[in-house]
Amino acid sequence: MILYKHSVVSDGEKCTGCTHCLRHCPTEAIRIRGGKAVIDSARCIDCSECIRVCPHKAKSADFDALAELDFANDYIIALPDPTLYGQFPQLRDVDALPGALLSVGFSDVYEVAKAAELHTEYTRLYLQQPTVARPVLSSNCPVIVRLISLRFPLLRDRLLPLAPPMELAAKFARERALFAHPDLDPARVKTAFISPCPARVSWVKNTPEGKVQDIDYVLSVRELFFRLRPLLTGTEDRPSEVGKIGLGWAASHGEASALMNDCYLAADGIENVTRVLDNIETGSMPDLEFVELRACHAGCVGGLLNVENPYIARVRLNTLRRLLPVSRNRLPREAYGTAQVPQELLTMWPMDFSTADVLAGDRKSRLEMMAKINRIAATLPGRDCGGCGAPNCRAFAQDVARGEAKASDCVVFMKERLERLLTGEGSGIGAQGTGESDDGI
Amino acid sequence: MPVWGARMSEPVRFLWQVDGDDFSSAGEASVLAKRSLRELGFDAELIRRVAVAMYEGEINMVIHAHGGEAEMLVDEDAVRVILRDVGPGIPDVELAMQAGYSTATDSVRALGFGAGMGLPNMKRFADELVVDSRVGEGTTIEMTFR
Repeated sequence: MILYKHSVVSDGEKCTGCTHCLRHCPTEAIRIRGGKAVIDSARCIDCSECIRVCPHKAKSADFDALAELDFANDYIIALPDPTLYGQFPQLRDVDALPGALLSVGFSDVYEVAKAAELHTEYTRLYLQQPTVARPVLSSNCPVIVRLISLRFPLLRDRLLPLAPPMELAAKFARERALFAHPDLDPARVKTAFISPCPARVSWVKNTPEGKVQDIDYVLSVRELFFRLRPLLTGTEDRPSEVGKIGLGWAASHGEASALMNDCYLAADGIENVTRVLDNIETGSMPDLEFVELRACHAGCVGGLLNVENPYIARVRLNTLRRLLPVSRNRLPREAYGTAQVPQELLTMWPMDFSTADVLAGDRKSRLEMMAKINRIAATLPGRDCGGCGAPNCRAFAQDVARGEAKASDCVVFMKERLERLLTGEGSGIGAQGTGESDDGI
Repeated sequence: MPVWGARMSEPVRFLWQVDGDDFSSAGEASVLAKRSLRELGFDAELIRRVAVAMYEGEINMVIHAHGGEAEMLVDEDAVRVILRDVGPGIPDVELAMQAGYSTATDSVRALGFGAGMGLPNMKRFADELVVDSRVGEGTTIEMTFR
């Protein structure tokens, strides 16, 4: 198994070993070891919850900076995420944004919202195939793709096998540039995706070998916001190529409602998404055609690299959308006859689909391990205090069973033993069925 | 001194309480069962069968019996699910096994439950189904999946 590369980084200096991130991690990927939070790469899904809740700003996201781009020598195409349009109070018209991006120094702009409209068309074609298992799950949010791959393996085959709009945008942008300027050196044509979240940064980092790397840089909406703000007025407009549908992708319901098919569901927030996936897996969900899932509340406008409050951004986007046509992008005419998505647009998941299992080996050894975990868990206080460095007692029992923690790390248990020692009942040590726990004192 | 090491003569046992007055929490046990079975490396199809049958059983316990408990026993070859309640019991088990037969109240049906498919679905998804029900005492359902 290849470890997934992440964009969430820890600053050991700032980390105090408090338990905020520990408790909020939806996949229990964090442990406190040696007084510092440590993230297990195999389990992290890049949801950025830990960055949001850290009171010491010890966690951050790693992405490229504008200063790294060589505007003088490269032909760099900006790929702005639809959320970017919702960040500016003074943006009255979508046409001002591509113009401002050109004056930052980009040679061209290919709006991801434009690719999103084409993506919507392809999804409609895909849903026309009667053999496809329903409901089809959106694969646009990288956090959700990873959550499904790790926690809901039974639903993997439901993921829409189409590359997300940012990848389509990069591919189409490159093709358009080379078609318009045949004299360009293909190696000098670069794309820079402007991302609303760290998860998309990670997605690009994990492009599998053998696949053409279409996205060269991942910038943050945040950095571009400050560069673009003074340029939105007084710069020459460059007509935007997006409609209501494309911009709608920035917020929850945008992708699903664009399919013009009322048998859909849209859920946002990891805890809501998890509940929906559990229900789909047990079959306790009405018949649905399509399910849109987003890790961030309110959808991509809730991404960590945005500037504006997600709910304000959503209102602004709706205001901008009001004057736009429904969609400005259609597929080539011949595409509509086939009900098929072209092979080269199918996604190659940037990860292998192995689950981050707690248990390993054949069924017999897994059962033995599970029995052991259950026995250890039965001896623990069940307070889920996090003092041991694991998010809850069950996770701690797993760590002990796997030899990654010692029973004596349990603070509550140790306190009781200490009290017994101090009151002269020292002989009671280890009498609670925790025979392996006499280490540590 | 007790040792945590392996003793595999007994199946691994899980026990969950099913809350009797809450439709929205019905299904929690089947979700946890599903997760454990996946960790234990059972194949997808078996997990799906257990989860669906157990969900039906949980809903039945909520509708008819004010909840109860769900136990799961897992060994190398089989998964056994035992659902126990102290509800009103099933007067005619054969009738209850017929698809579409239901004694659920209108208020339950208004919520989208009570289609009379609970026991028939459990029978369909389990390899073995044993219903032990006494009127006025309660019902125990044991399902085996291989």
